[in-house]
Amino acid sequence: MKRLFKYFKPYKWQSALGPLFKLLEATFELIVPLIVARLVDVGLGQAVGGKYPNADSGYIVRTCLLLVGMGAIGFVFAVVAQYFAAKTATGVSAYIRKDMFKKIQSFSYRDIDEIGTSTLVNRMTGDVDKFQSGVNLFLRLFLRSPFIVFGAVVTAMIVDINSFPVFGVTVLVLAIVVFAVMGICMPLYHKSQAALDDVTLSTRENLTGVKVLRAFCREKEEEAVFDKRNEKLTKERTFVGVLAMLTNPLTYVLVNLGIVWLLYSGAIRVDAGNLSQGSVIALYNLMSQILIELIKLANLIVTVTKAAASGKRVSAVLARTPSLTVTDGEETGSLREKDKDFILFEDVSFKYHETGEKALDNVSFSLDRGQTLGVIGGTGSGKSSLVNLIPHFYDVSAGKVLVDGQDVTKKGMQLPLRERIGVVPQKALLFKGSIRENLLWGRADATDEELYAALKIAQAEETVREKGGLDALVEQGGKNFSGGQRQRLTIARALVRNPEILILDDSFSALDYLTDAALRQELAKLNLTTVIVSQRASSVQDADKILVLDEGKCVGLGKHESLLQSCDVYREIYLSQTTEGGV
Amino acid sequence: MNKSVKSPSTLKRVLSYAKKYPFSLVGSLLFALLGVGFSLLVPVFIGDAIDCIVSGGVLWTKLFGYFWLILGCALGVGVCNWLSGVCNNRLSCRIVHDLRKDAFYKINRLPLAYLHAHPHGDTVARIVADADQVADGLLLGFTQFFTGVTTILGTLVFMLATHWLIGLVVVLVTPLSLLVARFVSTHTYQFFQSQTQIRGEQTAFTEEAISGLKTVQAFSQEDEMQEKFNQINVRLEKATMKATFYSSLTNPSTRLINNIVYALVALIGGLSVAQGNFTVGGLTKFLSYSGQYAKPFNEISGVIAELKGALASAARIFEFIDEEEEPSDEGNQTLENIRGEVTFDDVDFSYEQDKKLIERLSLTVSQGQRVAIVGRTGSGKTTLINLLLRFYDVDGGKVTMDGKDVKEVTRKSLRQGYGMVLQETWLRKGTVRENIKLGKKDATDEEMVAAAKAAHADGFIRRLGQGYDTLLSEDGGNLSEGQKQLLCIARIMLTHPPVLVLDEATSSIDTRTELKISDAFHKLMEGRTSFIVAHRLSTIQHAHLILVMEKGRVVESGTHESLLEKGGEYYRLYHGRI
Repeated sequence: MKRLFKYFKPYKWQSALGPLFKLLEATFELIVPLIVARLVDVGLGQAVGGKYPNADSGYIVRTCLLLVGMGAIGFVFAVVAQYFAAKTATGVSAYIRKDMFKKIQSFSYRDIDEIGTSTLVNRMTGDVDKFQSGVNLFLRLFLRSPFIVFGAVVTAMIVDINSFPVFGVTVLVLAIVVFAVMGICMPLYHKSQAALDDVTLSTRENLTGVKVLRAFCREKEEEAVFDKRNEKLTKERTFVGVLAMLTNPLTYVLVNLGIVWLLYSGAIRVDAGNLSQGSVIALYNLMSQILIELIKLANLIVTVTKAAASGKRVSAVLARTPSLTVTDGEETGSLREKDKDFILFEDVSFKYHETGEKALDNVSFSLDRGQTLGVIGGTGSGKSSLVNLIPHFYDVSAGKVLVDGQDVTKKGMQLPLRERIGVVPQKALLFKGSIRENLLWGRADATDEELYAALKIAQAEETVREKGGLDALVEQGGKNFSGGQRQRLTIARALVRNPEILILDDSFSALDYLTDAALRQELAKLNLTTVIVSQRASSVQDADKILVLDEGKCVGLGKHESLLQSCDVYREIYLSQTTEGGV
Repeated sequence: MNKSVKSPSTLKRVLSYAKKYPFSLVGSLLFALLGVGFSLLVPVFIGDAIDCIVSGGVLWTKLFGYFWLILGCALGVGVCNWLSGVCNNRLSCRIVHDLRKDAFYKINRLPLAYLHAHPHGDTVARIVADADQVADGLLLGFTQFFTGVTTILGTLVFMLATHWLIGLVVVLVTPLSLLVARFVSTHTYQFFQSQTQIRGEQTAFTEEAISGLKTVQAFSQEDEMQEKFNQINVRLEKATMKATFYSSLTNPSTRLINNIVYALVALIGGLSVAQGNFTVGGLTKFLSYSGQYAKPFNEISGVIAELKGALASAARIFEFIDEEEEPSDEGNQTLENIRGEVTFDDVDFSYEQDKKLIERLSLTVSQGQRVAIVGRTGSGKTTLINLLLRFYDVDGGKVTMDGKDVKEVTRKSLRQGYGMVLQETWLRKGTVRENIKLGKKDATDEEMVAAAKAAHADGFIRRLGQGYDTLLSEDGGNLSEGQKQLLCIARIMLTHPPVLVLDEATSSIDTRTELKISDAFHKLMEGRTSFIVAHRLSTIQHAHLILVMEKGRVVESGTHESLLEKGGEYYRLYHGRI
């Protein structure tokens, strides 16, 4: 949470002025009972047999005008306070959102995998919003309520110093009751929240898995599970309710006990002539104010605690250090023949999780500039993991990855490295905007001719023409394009960059064989250093080198013909796709 | 069917749920009423007590009498309010429980057509969030409204009876706060709207940016995205500021009016006391009454908003509960010892009325036959499967299993005869073990591992953090599509169903693994009827019967060789390699 304080710095004046004006307003509220007391004592004068012969009507009118005037000034103060509070809350949260977005963008692939997209989005939006309203309420009310409570006690002492025990004891007991009930209920609420999550899970799973669950005839059992969870939630909620409902009735009874005590001790002193009737009324009013404010305070604490929980979740994101390693790296360029070993893997091992199995196990290979590497293997054999190491999206667990003679972890290497590489990810993702905007991600200053050249190679010219040119709109995630169209556009996007290295991570899966072949032919003309990941033997068989992966291990490296001879896995893959009929 | 006539109004219907808990309902209202009554008496006795405290001649006996009355009433308020709260809380929890239960049970009685046409998130929101809203809003709002109105009426009577002039002033001026609140809320509405709209924009952008972050980084677009984000962020800040600030004017404004009322009461009351026709204690009563009277007015706009929100939520839940169900199969025969003889007899079917899909389809599959269904996208392959398992009912003709119309047997007994693997995998939150054993809970671990091995899933499962005890997040979390399919296959390998249905079951699995799995499938299918939908034609060549579908009809059928020889649609598909 401390991390969030710095965001208040630009708003330090506003965040001080808000509560200050609120306190001024509250002070006025405390004075009101005193004025009413004066109205009774001075305006009405001495009572004679239940009558007030010395009443001063002018004084009464003036006093009431004063009450209205104070109400008006109080209103102005309150408005000013609300303004500063709102300014601070919205300003601070905008600042936090901006920083959070920046932070999230700096996260490595591993961070993203670990934290998960949906929770990041939730924290950026829902949690920041909750934090914002918490701050707003805090600035407006959090100081006000305790101030009024203690102010009322102090004012009561000014009216009559002897009333202190009554007020002191009442406030203390009230505070203990309010906080005790809250202290007991809050953890119970949290617990019931978990029960609600279970109910949600049941519901969602029965919707998403409806076909499977019906096919397995699990309806009755699922209903039983739901009933159990629903009952648990209801029981927990009911139980918390019984306790939480205690606050108001208990405080009400206690305050009235205090009032009786107050009237009793007041009566003794009025009887003795040491206290006026007006003062007794003032003390009574002050006591009532305390009750109202304490209950407000209790409700407020609930809201603020929730906001604080959100604040913590926000803070956790901001506190995280992106996990990508940066080293000084060794220069091996001098020993290297130019364009030789352009991409070099030296005994590379890689794990997604510290505890998990190796996704890549001791893989070594080298690729010269202009060569093409095909990577092939089964589901989960580590193909994507391998290519994700080239642009340093992940850190290796052991070994080294070098591009153009430089260790990819070398300081200052990341940005220039990624700019030299064109990546076509497995998931063909486009972003909301126009086709042109999407393609310009490759290179911001590319001309339309260059864009069309790239589209031509990617076999996507036709798609763009169909959609109405480069300005055609792309919906979020590229939903208005088919899988194959998206794939071709993402290939064009990578080509716009004129990359030195082109990485195609299973990028032809949604293309038919004809398009696949035409595309590969065009790409071959470019003479780029290319890494092609595929499940199709036909996509990699013309490569200069083919790397065969099986459960993270390199089980074959070489040309198509030699692998057919020497590598069982490769031969099996090839045969599974070329036996009569093919894929 | 006219819905508006058939379904009673939402409020009535919520109350009909409350009827099941008459004690809680009556208790909640009764105790609330009693509580209000007591709470109206407390200021009266306090005022009277103050009148007894006169300098030089405190009326002690009377004063003590009032003390007991005050304490008694206060205790009455406390106890009644607590009991009313407890009843009310129980009532709302139970009602929400029942609403949720009805809605959840409804899921299993709805036709698949409904569930596929409606986004799941929306249904979840109805059962979870809307139900909560009903609990919080409707019942809280209901009692608050109830006590509010009784408080207003009670104080009204007391005030007018005590001093009609002051009473009249309070009665007439206080509702001004309602007008002010209304004025503020109508004028801030547009600010809230623009805030909501910009926030939606930002959420959409954030979601896109974060879910596509890997791509963003691959193209070093971080700065550009940040710039776009900042632009939205600045607009959001401005809109939020306006909405927050202007809406926060309500409280000070109503407080101002309450203060004016307070001053007026003090003025008229004070002057009346001076003239001798009112007491100081009476004035005190009035000052607290004016506060009590104002409170419901200040809260009323909030309460009404809550009520409206709750009713809207309740209506959404009822809308779901009222959806038309699948025809009941109660009293139908149960199928036993399924052999797996399936026929389609002149079947017509369409998902949408005006778009005919399957027309006059007939086919006979005998026990143990291996049937493959091929065809282009949208030709009706999956639809055929849906009719087999009676996920949908035919519009005309009939589907039979072992000679019995599937409409005349229970769905449960029919589906128990099938083992199914779909293209769209579904895994639940839980361990790998729980997921594999979904179809056969009492399977031993040895059986489970054997099934996983047959599905070629054992290897990758062991490489997960905790093997078979690895917790999968909802919908399979970080498993790849292919791995998920392997788990679903393992699930079926465990059940040994009489009839096997594979609907593009290996589409995300690499061809080499697929070949290996198909061996296991062959073993599993030995002597059993099976239906295989596939787009990779290599996987179905050994089928006894290949059905080629086009636009809802079977255009060709036969074995691989005979169809190739025929040179028709199958030949084109095969050589076009679709």
